[in-house]
Amino acid sequence: MATGPRRRETAMSVPATEHHDPAVAFESAKLGVWTFLATEVLLFGALFTAYTVFRMKYPEMFRVEHAKLDRVLGAVNTVVLITSSLMVVLGVDAIKRGKARLLEAYFGATILLAAVFLFVKYTEYAAKFHHGLYPRTNLFFSLYFMMTGLHGIHVLIGMGLLSYVIVLSRRGRLSASYSTPAEMSGLYWHFVDLVWIYLFPLLYLIG
Amino acid sequence: MAHGTGTSRRTLLLVFAALLLLTVVTVLVSYVDLGLGNVAVALLIASVKASLVALFFMHLKGESRLVWGFALVPIVFLALILFGTLVDTMLR
Repeated sequence: MATGPRRRETAMSVPATEHHDPAVAFESAKLGVWTFLATEVLLFGALFTAYTVFRMKYPEMFRVEHAKLDRVLGAVNTVVLITSSLMVVLGVDAIKRGKARLLEAYFGATILLAAVFLFVKYTEYAAKFHHGLYPRTNLFFSLYFMMTGLHGIHVLIGMGLLSYVIVLSRRGRLSASYSTPAEMSGLYWHFVDLVWIYLFPLLYLIG
Repeated sequence: MAHGTGTSRRTLLLVFAALLLLTVVTVLVSYVDLGLGNVAVALLIASVKASLVALFFMHLKGESRLVWGFALVPIVFLALILFGTLVDTMLR
């Protein structure tokens, strides 16, 4: 008789992870994501380094080739990603106030904007292929396709993560007191935005 | 909550407006030929935008020193990689 209620109480005080203190669990998750983002900085960093080396070696080629990119489309996509980041941060703010439906709406808007971003990217790639510009064409376009392609893969992964958060929320798993998955995928999404903030000027504006 | 994400929605919207404005500025500047100045301006604006995203959207403002360390160390490493590689390729 005495063990029943006690066991129940213990089970309820453990919030879905093995950590007993929710604050510690949250801090651990956050440091985990920032550590992962550190590896991401170095992953993209290698490509930014290659870009810098070749740009210094062949400034004229970069200047001529970068003019073949559509800076208006690049700017549109920048606005799309910045807006998507705002949606994410508002979604996280919503769940912290306990508004799960609002979180789902904001994250849904983010996924939609991400799809717009990828669609614009698709039309750009198609136009480049149409004009005979491929990754093998020259060093500038090798870097362009490699960097934007890797970034595009990150956008796709982000869409998956945000969808998963929406599913969790619809199942009633997120609340004002437990919003960790929303916040962590939010961090990742802002990082994807951050990479594009550098890719856009480097590739489209100054080549 | 204790982790200092008390950024108001008003502030977030202001940051968003600043990011849009900076995007417009960086595109407009790119149409003016400043030589190497274009590179400097573009990188400066990109870094201001990146800082705004990190500070307000990623809530770095108000984070503990530990999280700041986790955020800044990879940037130091990236600077080292860039520096080392450039020294090698430029002086070869």
